[in-house]
Amino acid sequence: MKLRDLTELATRNLREAMLRNSLTTLGIAVGVASLVAMLSLGVGLQEMASTRLSKTGLFDAIIVMSQANQRAFGGPRRATNPAGPSRRLDEEARQQLTRLKNVVEVYPEVRFPTEIQLDGKPYATTVAGIPYSARADGAFDGMKGSFFSSTDADEAILQIELAKDLSKTPDSLIGKEITLRYAERQALPANGMAGGSAGMPNPFAAPGRAKPAAAAGADAGEPAPGISIIPRELKLRVIGIVETEPAAGFGGIGRGRLLIPLQIAQKLRIAQPTDLRDMLRGDSDKPSYESLTVRVTSPKVVQSVEDEIKAMGFGTFSILDATKNLQLFFTVFDGLLGIFGSLALTVASLGIINTLVMAILERRREIGILKALGAADRDVRRLFFVEAGAMGLVGGIFGVVLGWMIGRAVTFGTNAYLARQQLPPIDLSSVPWWMVGAAIAFSFVVSLAAGIYPAARAARLNPVEALRYE
Amino acid sequence: MTGPSDAFAVRTDHVSRHYQMGDALVRAVDDVSISVRPGEFVALLGSSGSGKSTLLNLLAGLDRPTSGAIYAHEKNLAAMNSEELALHRSHTIGMVFQAFNLLPRMTLEENVELPLRLAEVDREERPARVREAVERVKLVARLNHRPTELSGGEQQRASLARALVNRPTILLADEPTGNLDSATGDAIMNLLQEINKSLHMTIVMVTHDRNRAERFAHRIITMGDGKLIDDGLKSAVSRA
Repeated sequence: MKLRDLTELATRNLREAMLRNSLTTLGIAVGVASLVAMLSLGVGLQEMASTRLSKTGLFDAIIVMSQANQRAFGGPRRATNPAGPSRRLDEEARQQLTRLKNVVEVYPEVRFPTEIQLDGKPYATTVAGIPYSARADGAFDGMKGSFFSSTDADEAILQIELAKDLSKTPDSLIGKEITLRYAERQALPANGMAGGSAGMPNPFAAPGRAKPAAAAGADAGEPAPGISIIPRELKLRVIGIVETEPAAGFGGIGRGRLLIPLQIAQKLRIAQPTDLRDMLRGDSDKPSYESLTVRVTSPKVVQSVEDEIKAMGFGTFSILDATKNLQLFFTVFDGLLGIFGSLALTVASLGIINTLVMAILERRREIGILKALGAADRDVRRLFFVEAGAMGLVGGIFGVVLGWMIGRAVTFGTNAYLARQQLPPIDLSSVPWWMVGAAIAFSFVVSLAAGIYPAARAARLNPVEALRYE
Repeated sequence: MTGPSDAFAVRTDHVSRHYQMGDALVRAVDDVSISVRPGEFVALLGSSGSGKSTLLNLLAGLDRPTSGAIYAHEKNLAAMNSEELALHRSHTIGMVFQAFNLLPRMTLEENVELPLRLAEVDREERPARVREAVERVKLVARLNHRPTELSGGEQQRASLARALVNRPTILLADEPTGNLDSATGDAIMNLLQEINKSLHMTIVMVTHDRNRAERFAHRIITMGDGKLIDDGLKSAVSRA
């Protein structure tokens, strides 16, 4: 019999026992739905974790430290290159790193504890410089207000906890002006030791980024014998409030609660812990960086760039190993969810076997008639296969829709709860196209497998006995 | 054992069909040799349990003999595999049953079309073939009716149309008037006779009604307890 005729006959047969076949198909749909719902939650969680983590910039970033610093701060020795030369992490090194293949940008970690003033009241906090490229980070997705208007705008974004400390109504802070008080590092002029600070202007007389003339001269001049620390102020306008700081705590000295453009942070020439060591080494005119963040084109090239940087004599750290562990975790997690989901589909496939075996008993005489009219065993077998496959296909399609709806319902419920907790919404479930296709195909194949026994039994039926059956 | 011959539409050669029922061996058909010529109308007569329906099933290729050979147009059914037997049932044989055996969920038209589907006849050709068969049994007006909406006689005529639609050379009828009243039964017999004459179709009909067998068949083969009692050849000659 041709496939079209088989399909027409199978459809007719399925329509005849509408209630029973619908219930069987519903059983398959529920089985597929549970599988899809489980997997969609697994994939959704994985996507959410991957997206959020990749948006933090952790996965395409390499933290570069001078080996001396790394040892001093108890960094992992295995990441360093003990045989190689120890290099200073200064501007020259930064330029060299920028020229490496697959490197997008290289920026220093600028993070310092300081004090801010709002309406005359002082508050202690930690300031972090944020590169303009962080605009795309997930941490800024649900922010109130806006991101920095330019790379060197005198603007600040408050971390929510700081905003709560500053005001009972954090949102009202947006648009207000705060004063950042900081310690600026200045190299002393060659005669600075003798001349003291007599020739220096009062830094508080000229707020902003006005640089003392003596310091400017010193930077351009000969090697300085030391540095001076000068208190300064900078007015900043609050333009936004964010839940978390991107890449918080990764290689830094603490969570930044006041975020300012990195370019501004660098221009402030903040006194860093490395300054004292640089001064003792006689390098105070060429300040070195505590660490540099090297952002690469994709997580795939992290390892190769990291190897190149190590060969240059720097210590490195990346979260590559953590990524591998994360992938392993989600593979196992998805596998377990898939197994639980498959159990429901196994029960559903038993339903198919039951329905088709019952159909053989009911349609015994019909099978006998078909054989008497010229149906081969193969035709009867294929007829039952098509019926099983059709139930699997329809059940699979409905199951995917049902599973998707369950996933959306779980996401909706979760988001309603998160909204009550004043947390941003999340997309908990995800049904990618590959899952739609795979679930329907899986349902179809499982149904065909469930149809093997009934179909074989129907095909083996003795037509004479079948015709006698009442 | 004699070989196949073109002279016969269907022929059995010492055919037996035994089966086990508990400890007892039932000899449903026991060493029966008969032959039917092309265009012949033969009645298989016998009481209940005489083995006539079993012999008919063997001729149809629905059952396999325990021993012996069955020839239909020179082909030994006993040597065929199940696929070949299905082809034999589809292309060579048309079957009519006492219980009509129409599929209740299908209309008359769909029931008649069913053998064409199984024989993989082109879809374009099917409507004309269905109409031709239904016209022969004079049921065109009932094409869209389901079997439950037809009388017994109409159902048997529909069954006959279904048996004829694949243009078989041999028509096997198992008690075709068994479920019908006398007048309707005679009408069906007249139809069979007309088909036999006009299409020169070989007909083997199982019946326990001697009167009808004598009125319509060319020859009567009598069976009893699975054995051939009389192949009717002598009486057929004497009738001739």
